[in-house]
Amino acid sequence: MNRFIGFVKKEFHHIFRDYRTMLILFGMPIAQILIFGYVVANEIKDVNIGILDKSKDNVTQEITNKITSSGFFILSDNINSDNEIEEAFKKGVVRQVIVFEPNFAQKLKREGVVNVQIIADASDANTANMVSNYTKAIINNYVQTNLNSRGLPYKIIPEVRMLYNEELKGVYMFVPGTMALILMLVSAMMTSISIAREKEMGTMEILLVSPLKPLPIVVGKVIPYMALSFINAILIIALSYFVFGMPINGSLIFLLLETLLFIFMALSLGILISTVSNSQMEAMFISMFALLLPTMLLSGFIFPIENMPVVLQWLCNLMPAKYFIIIIKNIMIKGSSVLIVWKETLVIAGMTVFFLAMSVKKFKVRLE
Amino acid sequence: MQKQTENIIEVKDLVKRFGAFLANDNLTFEVKRGEIFGFLGANGAGKTTAIKILSGLSYPTSGLVNVAGFDVYKQRNKVKENIGYMSQKFSLYEDLTVKENIRFYGGIYGLSNKYIKQKTEDLLNRLKMTQIQNSLISSLPLGWKQKIAFSVAIFHNPKVVFLDEPTGGVDPITRRDFWEMIYEAADAGITVFVTTHYMDEAEYCDRVSIMDQGKIKALGTPTELKKLFKADNMDEVFLKIAR
Amino acid sequence: MQNITVEVNNLKKSYDKVEAVKGVSFSVSKGELFGLIGPDGAGKTSIFRILTTLMFPSEGSARLLGLDVVNDFKEIRNNIGYMPQRFSLYQDLSVEENLTFFATIFGTTIRENYNLIKDIYVQIEPFKNRLAGKLSGGMKQKLALSCALIHSPNILILDEPTTGVDAVSRKEFWEMLIRLKEKGITILVSTPYMDEANMCDRVALIQNGEIMSIDTPDKIIGNFGSKLWAVKSRNIYQLIKDLRSLDFIETVFPFGEYLHVTSKTGSIDIEKLQSILIEKNHTDIHIQEIRANIEDCFMALMK
Repeated sequence: MNRFIGFVKKEFHHIFRDYRTMLILFGMPIAQILIFGYVVANEIKDVNIGILDKSKDNVTQEITNKITSSGFFILSDNINSDNEIEEAFKKGVVRQVIVFEPNFAQKLKREGVVNVQIIADASDANTANMVSNYTKAIINNYVQTNLNSRGLPYKIIPEVRMLYNEELKGVYMFVPGTMALILMLVSAMMTSISIAREKEMGTMEILLVSPLKPLPIVVGKVIPYMALSFINAILIIALSYFVFGMPINGSLIFLLLETLLFIFMALSLGILISTVSNSQMEAMFISMFALLLPTMLLSGFIFPIENMPVVLQWLCNLMPAKYFIIIIKNIMIKGSSVLIVWKETLVIAGMTVFFLAMSVKKFKVRLE
Repeated sequence: MQKQTENIIEVKDLVKRFGAFLANDNLTFEVKRGEIFGFLGANGAGKTTAIKILSGLSYPTSGLVNVAGFDVYKQRNKVKENIGYMSQKFSLYEDLTVKENIRFYGGIYGLSNKYIKQKTEDLLNRLKMTQIQNSLISSLPLGWKQKIAFSVAIFHNPKVVFLDEPTGGVDPITRRDFWEMIYEAADAGITVFVTTHYMDEAEYCDRVSIMDQGKIKALGTPTELKKLFKADNMDEVFLKIAR
Repeated sequence: MQNITVEVNNLKKSYDKVEAVKGVSFSVSKGELFGLIGPDGAGKTSIFRILTTLMFPSEGSARLLGLDVVNDFKEIRNNIGYMPQRFSLYQDLSVEENLTFFATIFGTTIRENYNLIKDIYVQIEPFKNRLAGKLSGGMKQKLALSCALIHSPNILILDEPTTGVDAVSRKEFWEMLIRLKEKGITILVSTPYMDEANMCDRVALIQNGEIMSIDTPDKIIGNFGSKLWAVKSRNIYQLIKDLRSLDFIETVFPFGEYLHVTSKTGSIDIEKLQSILIEKNHTDIHIQEIRANIEDCFMALMK
C-alpha cells in the first residue's frame, strides 16, 4: 500500500510541477465554457430579418412596425414570394423570415384565429431559437395590448419552423458537449501522455524491473487524473449553472455518478492508447485524431447527428461522447432518471469494460 | 606537406557574459590553417558558448573574434559561408537518401547543380558508397553515417569545419577510418576544430585547449601537456586540471 | 567457477529480420565486476534487457541467482538493481523525491539502506532539493546509481553508465563500483570505452552481437599475439600513407599522436625503419615497441 501511495504522490508532483499540464487541466475547461457560453448565449441585437406580407393590411402593418421598432431586428429585405424565402436564407441576408398569410386581418376578424409563420435559420440553432422566441413574444404582446385589451378575443398563432435543423438540437448543447470534450481530453489524453512519457524517458524500464506490478502502475497513473477530471466536471457544472443558468432538473448525485462513469471510460481509453504508443508525441497524435476530433464532430456536439449521412451516423454510434451527451442533456434539461437513460449508461459501461480488458491484455510487463 | 602558418581562427580576450555569469572569461587562442584543434572541457565549462560565437550564432560580449578572415560581429554571413559543422546528434536527415542529403546540403550553400552532381559522384566513389547512394540514411550503420556526415560538412570546401564529439560510440576500426578522413581534410588545408569531452579523442589533435569554468586552463600539443602535467595520457591531464 | 551468479547460455535475440545478439554465452561469479565492452549496436543493451527480464530471448537461456529470466522474472526483479542507458530519472522530481520514490516502490526506505548508498549519496546530498533535470551529468549518474542500489540488490546491472559523462565523473564512478564490489555485490556493466576494461575483473569484448573474447584484461592483452610498435612523425597523414606502402608492414592504425603498427614478419628493425622514413622526408621520428592495450586487441579480434 505504501508503494502505491508513493506512486500516486509522484504523479501529483508531475502534474503540479508542469504548468502546461495545469493550464490544460484547469485553464482550458473554464475558458471553453466561458467562450462557448458567451458566444452562443449572447443576447440578440440587430438581427436581419425578412417579411413576406401576403396580406398588406393594417394588422400586418402594425405587427411589422412593432417588430422593426423593437430594436432587436432590422428589416433588411422585403420578400415578395415564397420562392424568395429560401434564396434569402441561402444568401445569408436574413436569419429569419416572417410570413403573413393572405387576408390576414379579414381572417382574424372572421374566424378569430390566424396563423403567422416564423421561419428561422437553425443552422445556428441557439440564435434561431432565441430570435423566434423574441418574435413570438412581440406578437403575443401585440395580441394582448392591441387586441385583447380592446375586448377582442382574437388569437394570432405563431407557427415556428426551423430550417436546416428542425428539432433544434443545439440549445444547451454546449455544456454537455464541452463537458464530454474536456473530460475526454483531460482523462484520455493526459493519462496516455503521462504513461508514454515514462516510456520515452526510460523510467518505465525501472518501474517494470521493480517489484511493482502492472495494476498498481496503471491505477496509480489513473487516480490523480480521475480526481482532477472529477473536479473539472464539477467546475463545469457549477459554471454552467451559476453563470449561464443551465438548469439541473434531475438528480445531481445521479449526474455526478454518470460523469464519473464517463471519466472512467475515458481513462481506460487513455491507458489503451498508451499501450500502443511509445512516445508522448505519438500518444498526443492518437488522442487528437482518435478522440478529440471525432468527439467534436461526431458526437452531436457541433453537428446534429440526424442530418448526417447514414454511414457517419453509424460512426457516431461508436462515439462514447454521443451517449454521454444524451445522458447529460436528459438529466440536466429534462430531469430524467435512470429509467430513461439506462441504455446509454449501459453502452458507456460496456465500452469501459472493453477498453479496460484490452489495455490489461495489451499492457506489457516487458519492453516488447 | 608542412602545416601552414596562416591563422584561420583568431580569438583575443573573448568574453561572454550572461547576466552575472561569465561563460567565457577572456579566451585567447588562434588556430592555423590545416590544423586539427581539440577544444576540450567538461559539460558546462563554456565550450558550447564559445562554439556558438565562433560559428556566428551568437555575439560575444567583448573581444576580438576572427574566423576564416572575417569578423564575427560585422561579417557573420561571410563566416557562415566559410564554415562546416557536424555533430554526432544531428547532421543528416534520416528519412532522406544518401544522395538527397548531399544534394540538400549542396543546395543550402548555393552550389550549382552541375557542381553538386560532379562532386557527389566523386564523393560516393571515394567513400565506396556508389551502391548505396539511394538508400535511406536510417538504414545505414552508424560508422557510415558519420563518414557521410563529415563529407557533407566539408562538401562546400569550408575553411573551418567544427566537429562535435565526432567519434563517440563507434567501433575502434571505424573510428580510425574516420580519423584518417579528418587527417586527409586537414592535409588538404581545412582547419578542423573538434569539441569533445572524450579525452582519448584529444590525443589525435595537433593541439588542444582545455577549458574549465569559462577559462582556458591549458593549451598546447598533447605531448607538451602530458609533459607539463606529468601525465601518461590526456585523461590524467584533464583530471589534474578539473579536480 | 564457484558461486556462479549470472549464467548466460547461447543467448540469441532478433528484431524483425535483424539479429542483434547471435548466440552469446558467459557466466559471472558472485562479487565479480564484469564488463561488456563494445561499440554502439554491438548488442550490449539487448543482452542487459534480457537479463533484467525486460525482453524475452529469441533463443537460449539465462539464469540469475539460479532463476530463469523467462519463468522466474518476478523473483529476479526483486533482486537486481538496474540502471538503463541515459540515467532514467524523473527530471521534474527533486533528488530526494527521486530516491524516496524508488525506495517506496521497492518497499523500503532511504534510512533502511542508507549505509549502502552513503558514500555515493553524500556527494549529491547538498543538492537534494534540486530537480534531477537540473543536475550535471556526473550528479545524475550518482543519483541514478543511488536509486538502483536503494533496495540493496544482489546484482547490479548498469547499461553504459559512463556515456556522456566527463572524465572526472567517470573516474569517480569506477571507484564507486569497485567499493560496491568489495561489499559483495555482483556488477555487470557495459561500456563503449575500451580503456574502462582495465577497471573490470573480467571483460567480454562484443561486436555485432558476438562475443569475440572473454577473459581478464591482462590475459586478453597477453593473447594479442604479435609485437606492436608505436610510430610518429611531424606529418601523421603522410606517415600513414608511407608506412602502408612498405611491404613488410601489416597494419597501421592511428592511435592518438602515434600510429600503432604491426609487421608481417613479426619484427621491425627500428633503425632501418627510421632511415626509410628519413628518406621520405619525415622529421621528429619516434619509434618504439609497446605493449598492446585492449583497443589493439579489440581491433585485432574484429578481423
